[in-house]
Amino acid sequence: MAPVPASAIRCAGLVKRYGDVVAVAGLDLSVAPGECFGLLGPNGAGKTTTIEILEGLTPPDAGEVEVLGTSWRSGPTAALRERVGIQLQETQLADKLTVEETVRLFCSFYRDPRPVPDVLALVGLEEKRGAWVKNLSGGQKQRLAVACALVHRPELLFLDEPTTGLDPQSRRQLWEVIGGFRADGGTVLLTTHYMEEAERLCDRVAIVDHGRVIALDTPPRLVASLGAEHVVEFALADGAEPDGLLADLEGLPGVRAVRRVAERVALTVAEVHRAVPALLALLDRRGIALALLVTHHATLEDVFVSLTGRHLRDG
Amino acid sequence: MADHPLVQLTLARAREFYREPEALFWVFGFPIVLACALGIAFRSTGPGELRVAVARGAGDSALAAVLDASPALAAVVRPAGEAQAALRTGRIALLVVPGDTLNYRYDSTRTESRLARLEADEAVRRAHGGGHETAVRDDRVTEPGSRYIDFLIPGLLGMNLMGSGMWGVGFSVVQARQKRLLKRLIATPMRRGDYLLSYVLSRLVFLVLEVAALVGFGWLMFDVGVRGSVALLAGVTLLGSLSFSALGMLVASRARTIEAVSGLMNLVMLPMWMLSGTFFSYARFPDAMQPFVRALPLTAVNDALRAVMIDGAGLATVARDAAVVGVWGVVSIAVALRIFRWQ
Repeated sequence: MAPVPASAIRCAGLVKRYGDVVAVAGLDLSVAPGECFGLLGPNGAGKTTTIEILEGLTPPDAGEVEVLGTSWRSGPTAALRERVGIQLQETQLADKLTVEETVRLFCSFYRDPRPVPDVLALVGLEEKRGAWVKNLSGGQKQRLAVACALVHRPELLFLDEPTTGLDPQSRRQLWEVIGGFRADGGTVLLTTHYMEEAERLCDRVAIVDHGRVIALDTPPRLVASLGAEHVVEFALADGAEPDGLLADLEGLPGVRAVRRVAERVALTVAEVHRAVPALLALLDRRGIALALLVTHHATLEDVFVSLTGRHLRDG
Repeated sequence: MADHPLVQLTLARAREFYREPEALFWVFGFPIVLACALGIAFRSTGPGELRVAVARGAGDSALAAVLDASPALAAVVRPAGEAQAALRTGRIALLVVPGDTLNYRYDSTRTESRLARLEADEAVRRAHGGGHETAVRDDRVTEPGSRYIDFLIPGLLGMNLMGSGMWGVGFSVVQARQKRLLKRLIATPMRRGDYLLSYVLSRLVFLVLEVAALVGFGWLMFDVGVRGSVALLAGVTLLGSLSFSALGMLVASRARTIEAVSGLMNLVMLPMWMLSGTFFSYARFPDAMQPFVRALPLTAVNDALRAVMIDGAGLATVARDAAVVGVWGVVSIAVALRIFRWQ
């Protein structure tokens, strides 16, 4: 039994350039064994490049990577490949193989694979085992991709946008698969641009933008860093914003922060029941009509917006 | 054993292939359709001088000069046995045996042979000042082994080995690269050599069927037999198929898109379609081109197949061709492995 390293994944000073584009600009991470760690960021933030460097598929231009206590560069990688499971973004498995054939193929690559029926049961694809891959739904394909990453009981699982493009039910099914893997003591590194996914699955989240980590903590603490639990968003009827409105808003009771995001104004507030009446009264006094008013619990999305002034989905 | 990665990879390749009806047609159906069309229609291979041989004998040079004077014919004098072999393998269209009675030997099912017969007769008449009739005798050689179809079937077999070997490998390697499946596979402990080897092995699974289909068709429909040993024929097709699979791997080793690999495939195969003597003898090309033509793998495969099927040649005769094919295969796979793009 190898000694358990302090970190399942550790990297420091990662840099990757593609021509003039800097995809990863000096990134440091440390993921503890048994942890589920999320890289959250918009498209193009460098998440995929980062995870593929950590998976040993892309060599970094600079920086160090240590996975399960070893490096991809130190000799043959087969032993390390036996210990990690990988699901790549947008990989299409062979269309004309059946689910069972695909799993059996992946099983054949490993020294001690699970029995094929066990793998299918793991991801709930027993009934589809005779179906061709091309006839599977998006969610089923994605579960098959994850199944292929789990055939050898890996210690560490890399998931690159595992639920992108899936319907809510398929997403929940995949979350259950990931939950099952974690319950067995597995470590997970996943990338996502869905803040619900990061909040639901991850012990810690690194918010990534332009190839850098701009915030890193547990989801509750990241949200708490906003200083309040609620967000009130509104848009004005005529679009124009009267002079001094933002300053007035900052003075409202319970308002911690005021931000303009695109056409909307977002207020971070501690108590909705005090802030909203005060807001309405202020707008009424100034004779301004509302086009929209929504409130929600503060999320990682709001954290991202407060850090970058952009939404996650906008990229 | 059944769960060895090489077995599973090969099975995967084979399944992907036979679950693709279009691929089945191109590999099995197309060459048969082609053989059928050509075998029945016996299209002429186009304009140009028709090659004619005069068998050595009294008055051979004079006769050759007469025939050569015709703009449609190119005549040479050859010993009878050699000329007969040339006729059988389609290198010449007509064999003329000089004598009091002029003897024309040709395959009457070949358009160009019939044409050469008419042109030769015309040239002889002209030489004798028109009116004078020379006694002639026509020997139509249509027994198996000396017809155009006997020449054609081995050529089609060679062309098919090239086409299915190269497309079979090239297309699906690039597809897997484009779909990022190659990248997914190298994220496992799979040995890369196993992956490349599985393509070659799965080709062999279908090779047997492919060769059996075409040779069987030729035999049933046109009575085209195999004069040499079947084992040697199997050996030549096996070697040819492996070599073309390797060449396909090389062509597909860097291409990122199906369009790119299609262009490259055609670039590599087109010269061989034209030059390697599939439909007509490459002896028609100028002498200066011969070393190049003879160095092409398809030329070597075709020559070896014809030697075995038509002439009943043994291993010693096909050794040179086999060596050419083997070198192409080994060099291709060695380079492919070095420069292969996995992502």
